[in-house]
Amino acid sequence: MATRNISGEAIKELAQIVGSAHLLTESLEVSLYEYDGSVETGRPDLVVFPGSKHEVAALARWSNRHRVPVVGRGAGTGLSGGALAREGGVQVVFSRMNKILEIDVENRLAVVEPGVVNLDLSRAVASAGLHYAPDPSSQKACTIGGNVAENAGGPHTLRYGVTANHVQALEIVLPDGEMVRIGGGAVDPPGYDLVGLFVGSEGTLGLVVEITVKLTPLPESVKTLLAVFETADDATETVATLTAAGVTPAACEMLDGWTIRVVESSIQAGLPTDAGALLLIEVDGMREAAEEQAQAVIDLCRKNRAREVRTAQSERERETLWKARKNAFGAVGRVAPDCYVQDGVIPRTRLPEALRRIGEIGRRHGFDVGNIFHAGDGNLHPMLCFDHRKADEFARAMAAADEIIALCIEMGGSITGEHGVGMEKDRLMPLLFSQADLALMKGVRDAFNPLGLLNPGKIFPGGKGCGEIRIPAASATEGKRGTARVDEAGGSGPSGADGALRDRQA
Amino acid sequence: MRASGENLFEPISAIVGGANTSVEAAATRNYAIGGQRPAVVAWPATADETREILRLCVKQRLAVVVAGAGTKLGMGGPPSHYDLALVSTRMNQILEHDPGDLTLSVGGGARLTDISKCLKAHHQFLPLSVPYESLATAGGTVSSGIDSPLRQGYGTVRDFLLGAEFVTGSSHRVKSGSSVVKSVAGYDLHKLLVGSLGTLGVISRLNFKTFPLPEVRRSILATFGEASAAIGFAQCIAHSPLAATSLESLNATLVDLLRRGAPRSASPLPVPQLSGRASEWQVAVGFGGSEAVFRRFRNDAEGMAREWGATDSLLLDDEATAGVWERLVEAVPLLLDSSPAATLVHAGVLPSQLSTACAAAESSAKRHQLPVALLARAVGAIYIAFLPDALNPETILRLAQAVDETAEAILAMQGHWSLPWCPEDLRKRTRLRGDERPDLGLMGKVKQVFDPENILSPGRFAGGL
Repeated sequence: MATRNISGEAIKELAQIVGSAHLLTESLEVSLYEYDGSVETGRPDLVVFPGSKHEVAALARWSNRHRVPVVGRGAGTGLSGGALAREGGVQVVFSRMNKILEIDVENRLAVVEPGVVNLDLSRAVASAGLHYAPDPSSQKACTIGGNVAENAGGPHTLRYGVTANHVQALEIVLPDGEMVRIGGGAVDPPGYDLVGLFVGSEGTLGLVVEITVKLTPLPESVKTLLAVFETADDATETVATLTAAGVTPAACEMLDGWTIRVVESSIQAGLPTDAGALLLIEVDGMREAAEEQAQAVIDLCRKNRAREVRTAQSERERETLWKARKNAFGAVGRVAPDCYVQDGVIPRTRLPEALRRIGEIGRRHGFDVGNIFHAGDGNLHPMLCFDHRKADEFARAMAAADEIIALCIEMGGSITGEHGVGMEKDRLMPLLFSQADLALMKGVRDAFNPLGLLNPGKIFPGGKGCGEIRIPAASATEGKRGTARVDEAGGSGPSGADGALRDRQA
Repeated sequence: MRASGENLFEPISAIVGGANTSVEAAATRNYAIGGQRPAVVAWPATADETREILRLCVKQRLAVVVAGAGTKLGMGGPPSHYDLALVSTRMNQILEHDPGDLTLSVGGGARLTDISKCLKAHHQFLPLSVPYESLATAGGTVSSGIDSPLRQGYGTVRDFLLGAEFVTGSSHRVKSGSSVVKSVAGYDLHKLLVGSLGTLGVISRLNFKTFPLPEVRRSILATFGEASAAIGFAQCIAHSPLAATSLESLNATLVDLLRRGAPRSASPLPVPQLSGRASEWQVAVGFGGSEAVFRRFRNDAEGMAREWGATDSLLLDDEATAGVWERLVEAVPLLLDSSPAATLVHAGVLPSQLSTACAAAESSAKRHQLPVALLARAVGAIYIAFLPDALNPETILRLAQAVDETAEAILAMQGHWSLPWCPEDLRKRTRLRGDERPDLGLMGKVKQVFDPENILSPGRFAGGL
């Protein structure tokens, strides 16, 4: 059968590449791949499940020959629509390519296929005293290939760094089917840092078929602390104080009062539901260093009016606290049909002000905004709960989200800390980047992906000039409190502060 | 045809001012590479002036080499042609430091010493202890991609560079990344600048994550009878819970140079004298943290040293530690100064292969009767310095054979190698060029996007890019 864009003959060829058992063509089956963890949708024409890198290379050649887009997908847990087939085409799902190919304990490296689940790798190397450090909240389901595409973070990236800090080499398939290795297992490969470029490129430069990652020793000692505050201000000021004092926890997460109550009702982790905010802080490392750091954290929390600082007394208690943190977004599903999780970054010194203003934005649009986020690196995740069936609610949620992002930019931050741009924020890119910045990035994309067949419609704004988006801009590399500037291409940059325009329909 | 200085003085000085343009031999000589001098030297003060200069260069097809303090111009091959040296030292401002956010933005020409002074006032630092530290600029350090002894604890510059602004070869002023500690918006183009030797753009601004200064710095120097024991000890520490900031294994030739200082270097270093056996190695272990944590660190590290058969172990306090690491950071200039034909190979191998790689370099040096100094970082980086006592065609021949053999051995173990510093004649004599890589074609595509007219440091980079 032929689909909207793809001939029956071409589909037959596809079946020969992956086997007909690994190809979905029926509308109902294909529609299951229309969603990811974001509020976006994008339906592919076909779905394939390659079983080897050679099949992926053949798929790329097929795509090139038939001029059909291909969009990689791991577990579909992404939060920016990065893995959605925005312009149709073939969804390449890596769930069959889920083998850990090599574990090199001595050199602390692992070679994995892209469909390996993040947590499965840590579990596989735990007996050797190692783990894979990037730990997105979805780590039980998300794949390392997806993590590479989005440069995923997680709570412990505060100390250990994001995915880019842990990828040593990649084998990639280019749109013409060529397979190339970039980087290397050993350090310091000469030449440009193509791995650094590739990680976080959201599947627009090539399809990753093999990943060499660094493994990190499990810390000798871990101390997990729960600091309870009467107000969100006290908690955010504590984070700023910790950072300024040079205390560097492994993780520093914050839950505000609204979120505490939602999470506790779902998970029963023993969280104090009358608190204004909690900080979940973890310190690790050498036993003596962890003890010192824990004491410093306790002292600074108390100095900032924490009413209680608990230390997890057992691994079980620690796991329960992290379960509460990592399952929070799921818990929110119990109180609202839809939840839009934002992902902005601000300087940590601005956290108290940012949270207050986010609350104001929410109230103005008629929402309670829940906050559960990576406070230690200023990575906000405000949650806007709405019902997508009510067009007005959706539009208001989106407008509030845009204002929150505008606030991050005004404070000198970023529009995304770890979820990626995808199709959620492509139109916001001109607020951070000038036309010249974007033109260079597009030049790189076109050099790797000349026909635009790899994950089209992502990262770059599609035909929207920045003048159409009325959020005040700030240069990412100009002063944190910088103001909009006229971009160098001569066009006037965005101006005015009267909120964002959205072209999205509910 | 090569542009003349007189023809270029006027248009360049119209952009940056006559006082910031020079065609004098005294100025052009300072930026010579492999015997080639630029016709003109320009010192722009801003990214916009840089853009104007590059616009002119594109129009007139002039080849530009970017320099900071000029301390690492010797890295990489000579340019295929060379008209203009663009020196970034006037873009030397500390643009923004947010101590509470542990972030810093500086101009590309900001000196590392000025950055260090600014950060130290807030008990912070940037782990960029690189050769020629007292002169080096931030932009030059990023472009050279050179590592630091602190990489064991803090990684390399790509791990804490948050964003950059730069002018491309097509004279566009662009930026990527951000100035906050986390951002995944758009491609991380700034990462491509690391180690690009100025072939992709002129850096006008760099945003870094900074780090809290540790309460104390301490070091342990342990001496071993052979390389395998020294490197084994370093790996043992690397695999232990002890969080060392530096882990450097040094062969006897290097230790001896560090002790005595090179002929043209200043004071000698007070490190323990080795017994004189060429097989002896020393491991320098760096620590940063609190006194209480160091007590445990020391106890465990000294125990491991004994287990690995250390013949001597010395504990250094803050002051002595500073002295040792200052000199270790400056190992490259020390080595370059110690031989008229100093040849430095930089290799990357798996940590488990460090011993084998060092042995291969030593045996090749022995075969070709060349003194060799070795510095092996526990992460797998090795500096191999062949140090003949004369520069002549016969020496070049022996050097070429030693480099080729060593490179072959490293490639055979899936390692990487490059030849950052060597006599110019040698580059033409080695059989291997350091560009034996499958991704060179993709790098060429990147270069084409950033610098379509190939005006930025043409030919200096890996694979002649």
